[in-house]
Amino acid sequence: MADIALAPRRAKTEMREATAWDQLRHNKNWLGFWFMLPAMAFLIFFLAYPLGLGVWLSFTDARIGRIGHFIGTENYEWLWDDDIFWLSVTNTLLYTFVASTVKFAVGLYLALLLNERMPFKALLRAAVLIPFIVPTVLSALAFWWIFDSQFSIISWSLKHLGLITQNINFLGDTTWARICVIFANIWRGVPFVAITLLAGLQTVSPSLYEAATLDGASSWQMFRHITYPLLTPIIAVVMTFSVLFTFTDFQLIWAMTRGGPVNATHLMATLSYQRAIIGGQLGEGAAISSAMIPFLLGAIMISWFGLQRRKWQQGEGND
Amino acid sequence: MTDLPTRSINLKAVLSGSTPTADHSEGMSYLQSVPRRIVTLYMPLSIIVVILLFPFYWMALTAVKPDDQLLDLDKYNPFWTWNPTFKHIHKLLFESYYPHWLWNTMYVAVGATVLSIIASVLAAYAIVRLRYKGANLVGGLIFLAYLVPPSILFIPLATVVFQYGLFDSPLALILTYPTILIPFSTWLLMGYFKTIPFELEECALIDGASRWQILIKIVLPLAVPGLISAFIFCFTLCWNEFIYALTFLQSTPNKTVPVAIVNEFVDGDVYRWGSLMAGALCGSLPLVILYAFFVEHYVSAMTGAVKE
Repeated sequence: MADIALAPRRAKTEMREATAWDQLRHNKNWLGFWFMLPAMAFLIFFLAYPLGLGVWLSFTDARIGRIGHFIGTENYEWLWDDDIFWLSVTNTLLYTFVASTVKFAVGLYLALLLNERMPFKALLRAAVLIPFIVPTVLSALAFWWIFDSQFSIISWSLKHLGLITQNINFLGDTTWARICVIFANIWRGVPFVAITLLAGLQTVSPSLYEAATLDGASSWQMFRHITYPLLTPIIAVVMTFSVLFTFTDFQLIWAMTRGGPVNATHLMATLSYQRAIIGGQLGEGAAISSAMIPFLLGAIMISWFGLQRRKWQQGEGND
Repeated sequence: MTDLPTRSINLKAVLSGSTPTADHSEGMSYLQSVPRRIVTLYMPLSIIVVILLFPFYWMALTAVKPDDQLLDLDKYNPFWTWNPTFKHIHKLLFESYYPHWLWNTMYVAVGATVLSIIASVLAAYAIVRLRYKGANLVGGLIFLAYLVPPSILFIPLATVVFQYGLFDSPLALILTYPTILIPFSTWLLMGYFKTIPFELEECALIDGASRWQILIKIVLPLAVPGLISAFIFCFTLCWNEFIYALTFLQSTPNKTVPVAIVNEFVDGDVYRWGSLMAGALCGSLPLVILYAFFVEHYVSAMTGAVKE
């Protein structure tokens, strides 16, 4: 039959040695390499390489349009004696700490509220997320207008309520400016925290609460001993992201105050932009942004160990 | 005060719980009386929602207010206007570079998103299903890449962009945005690919399909919701990006909307607020409309990447 005639020839082709080309096409590791190639190319050329280059630049006296020479730790020594740099570090820490704490508290509260049964729940949830959708700069401009020194709607309302007699100089006064940018950051970050925590809340089985109610637990006890422990993993991840993005925030500040008044709202990111791009001192700017790296590593480590702990709590294997 | 009613409702709860027709979807909300719910739920919720939405109301209102009402807070009630004007929006669309900027933003966002999704699909599939040597390590490294913020990278990237001759070109943004987008969408898609049954691929392998065919014909059609989520989320991130666009683009017609509005409309004019807010409104609307159509995908994108 036809099979018999074909058989020898096919056997011959199958006996053929696997060529290098075959290996490149079928070997699991080589295939993996080809599939990873585009993503890796982007991440290496535009992320890993600049990250290293940034650290290198911080040890040089590079300026815009001039390749720098190695000058050791001079940039860092210069920054060590620079009051504005330390002010920006303090501002960044204050901004991150206050904004993250409030975002977490309000976000968790909002998530608990949205988890209740109520009419128009889906619509409300969608509305809550809008501040997160709209580009930060554009909503920051709206805040700029809301906090205007002469035509602020807040000053107007408070004056008509008889609480104040003069306009508040929101973005011109150092304390008020800090409060305003922190408020705008909280406003922008709460939806993210709330919606992700809400997703975590929805995975908690209602029967746990029913059992707790039968045992006579108060709502605080239910929150403390059921909701909070079950939410810990997602809280760790969400707060890591929240802290990271607050710490390295740039656009909100740049659109609202550009670091003013008298550098009171300068964060490390805005200061490095001002020194490097506007001032042209690439080396010094790179040193400022490299100084952020230890803080970021610290934040990542904390959340990492937080995650480890909950795996152990839930009795999962140590894989 | 609420001792007595609560106790009687509790009794009812126990009774209704024992009947076979108990509706579990209702949960335990009947334990709360209506006034209590108003104070503990509706009031705080409405306060938070009003604060979250007020800036947009204010933005939209300012964009359509006539100039004289904008600054005269004593004669007119500032919270409403009876004679809206489209002057600011008209000026924006026909007397400025605004359409250019919108087009640039769209072009950059679509370009960077498409590039990132292609790269991420390949990478995520390789990590989850090919499981080559060191796949887990690479997955971890990609997650770490997500944690590297643009504020650290923009100075060295500016020099890189300058060296490659990409300065002041949209291509610079299309090539640099994927560093933000790829880590995120790879993690999101890894989660989706893991949910696709392995058996389907084994069948296809036995039938002689190559890995490439499996990816195109089996995995991708099943991962469409994940692809939509990744796409719109990446698109939003691109639209929102500011620091790279601010650093890499110089000439006015090349700018993206967020950068252009911050830099070009801020002159000394007291009446600038109308056009500024109109610009912010028009820059946000495309995203809000997109969001309105894909709320569920959006939420799953946001929570999916976090849960992994």
